[in-house]
Amino acid sequence: MSEAPRWRHLAEPAWRPGGALVVLAFFAVFPLVFTNATVTTIAVDTLIFAASAVAWNIFSGYSGYISLGQAVFFGTGAYTVAIAARAWHLTGETVFALLPLAGALAGLLAVPLGLIALRVRRHTFVVITIAYFFIAQLTATNLSVTGGSSGILAPSPNWAPETFNNPFYYIALALLVVTTAASWLIRRSRFGLQLRAIRDDEDRAAGLGVRAMPVKLTAFVISAFATGIAGGLWFYFIGQALPQFAFDPFFDLSVVVMAFLGGLGTIAGPILGALIIEPGQQWLTLQYTNEYLSEILLGILFLVVILFLPRGIIPTGAELIAKFRARLRQRRADAAGRPPVPGPAPGSAPTGTEAGTAGSEAGTATREARP
Amino acid sequence: MTAMLRAEGVSKAFGGVQALSDCTVEVEQGSITGLIGPNGSGKTTLFNTMTGYERIDAGEVYLGDRKITNLRPQRVFALGIGRTFQLTRIFPRLTVMENMLVAAQHTDAGRPRNPLARAGGRADRRRAADLLEFTGIAGHADAPAETLSYGQRKLLELSYVLVANPDIVLLDEPAGGVNPSLIQQLSARIRELNAAGKTFLIVEHNMEFVMSLCGQVTVLDYGTVVATGPPQIIRSNPRVLDAYLGLAEEEEDSDAPGR
Repeated sequence: MSEAPRWRHLAEPAWRPGGALVVLAFFAVFPLVFTNATVTTIAVDTLIFAASAVAWNIFSGYSGYISLGQAVFFGTGAYTVAIAARAWHLTGETVFALLPLAGALAGLLAVPLGLIALRVRRHTFVVITIAYFFIAQLTATNLSVTGGSSGILAPSPNWAPETFNNPFYYIALALLVVTTAASWLIRRSRFGLQLRAIRDDEDRAAGLGVRAMPVKLTAFVISAFATGIAGGLWFYFIGQALPQFAFDPFFDLSVVVMAFLGGLGTIAGPILGALIIEPGQQWLTLQYTNEYLSEILLGILFLVVILFLPRGIIPTGAELIAKFRARLRQRRADAAGRPPVPGPAPGSAPTGTEAGTAGSEAGTATREARP
Repeated sequence: MTAMLRAEGVSKAFGGVQALSDCTVEVEQGSITGLIGPNGSGKTTLFNTMTGYERIDAGEVYLGDRKITNLRPQRVFALGIGRTFQLTRIFPRLTVMENMLVAAQHTDAGRPRNPLARAGGRADRRRAADLLEFTGIAGHADAPAETLSYGQRKLLELSYVLVANPDIVLLDEPAGGVNPSLIQQLSARIRELNAAGKTFLIVEHNMEFVMSLCGQVTVLDYGTVVATGPPQIIRSNPRVLDAYLGLAEEEEDSDAPGR
């Protein structure tokens, strides 16, 4: 712990509404500028994955419980929309109205799954989530309601080809915005603080009155809800739910790599990771018409990230910037011939006199604070 | 006067090792009580059993008239017993202030509140800031806790235990591995808090620290209480000298931080 660099977790840069608005504006006009269907298809995919990665991060990034079974909720969302649309003969825009239902069912499913899996930690938890994944995929393959191995076709909307992707794009964008806003709200809330305390030392947090199980379970359900909506949207966009694609191990790996690459437990990290990885994958697949190439590269990328960028782009980048600024300050101080300006870096013992004077006041404050 | 915190005939075994056998320790209200003994004598185990981190094989623990034997740690904490750990247990990746707020939220348990409201209301932050000021680490409030030095971590753990305003504080080797000037500071803070009404039970190897601070000292050896009394009596008790004080110099040396 002590060998970790000093600035490590000052790393999450302050949330800048201005910057976020610029990014949002870019996303909002993107399909108006780039109308090529291939490009917008990649864009929709990217947004769906970005939202999924943010959702994954709300639970796994903040709590430290790495789930490799997130595809369970993605697939549940997909099949919920598929089955409901088929049963109620929904077509066109009305299919989108099923998305909240997709989220609700995924969230509901997360309750029993979470109650079991969240009793164990670390590797055991990871293994259980992988088991969930296989159970879900096998179930979808073998039930008749899910269409077995031939899956379910989505109703195909008769929208104009040139703007066909736009409804998907904007709904995916809205989902990403809402999920990111939730991630931000949660991170700064007492709930988020409890999650991050659990990540650092669950037993100590429990000893200080954090009710670990409800906190973890709530985050798990929120994460599943958003992932379920993403899955439902994905189904309608792709046009078919098949067991091996709705419940795709590759989905799990992708969201995990996205979050790790961008920065685990940060707000913008998973989005950044998705923006880098998903278009890259799609482009490779289109370019070489070989699906496995991108999968192999994703695996390699994961290893590279874990080896050389274990904390992700955003924390490492922020750290580099902080170091660079400190060096600039130092250089400026040297140039002016003054002794180096100490940065705000901690490490020096506080002086006793300072603390002594403040002490007596605080002592009374403590006593009075008692209800 | 009845004791505020009392362990009565507590026994605890780990497999074949009898860590505690029939231990009785009393902490008077408003006192600073010391708990000393050679390494492996069961001090930390006794702490763990009193605070719910370890289950007891036999015996009872009382807080006032209330039996708190084998309650879970969060219940014990909620009842007003705060503790620190020998190897400090802070939340390394949270900031110092966030560490404080994790402990502070316990005080408003049961009150309806908006879970998405910003962590730490103004009152909580204020009180946390005051306490950090008090322990002398306020300058690091926004730094990640893992950047603190070993001694500062001890101060942080003490601070966040205090933020929940417990009636009694159990400190497990607060001075171990801490530099002398910080020990002075710590000692002064404990005295001040005690004057303000807090009760302390302290496990410590630093004899000077214990003997100058504590009104009562209990000595453990091989899991049993060998003596209890004021420091000057303990100092001259032959059984204590035999069990412990003769080794005191070595004990201090071997008590390096981080195990």
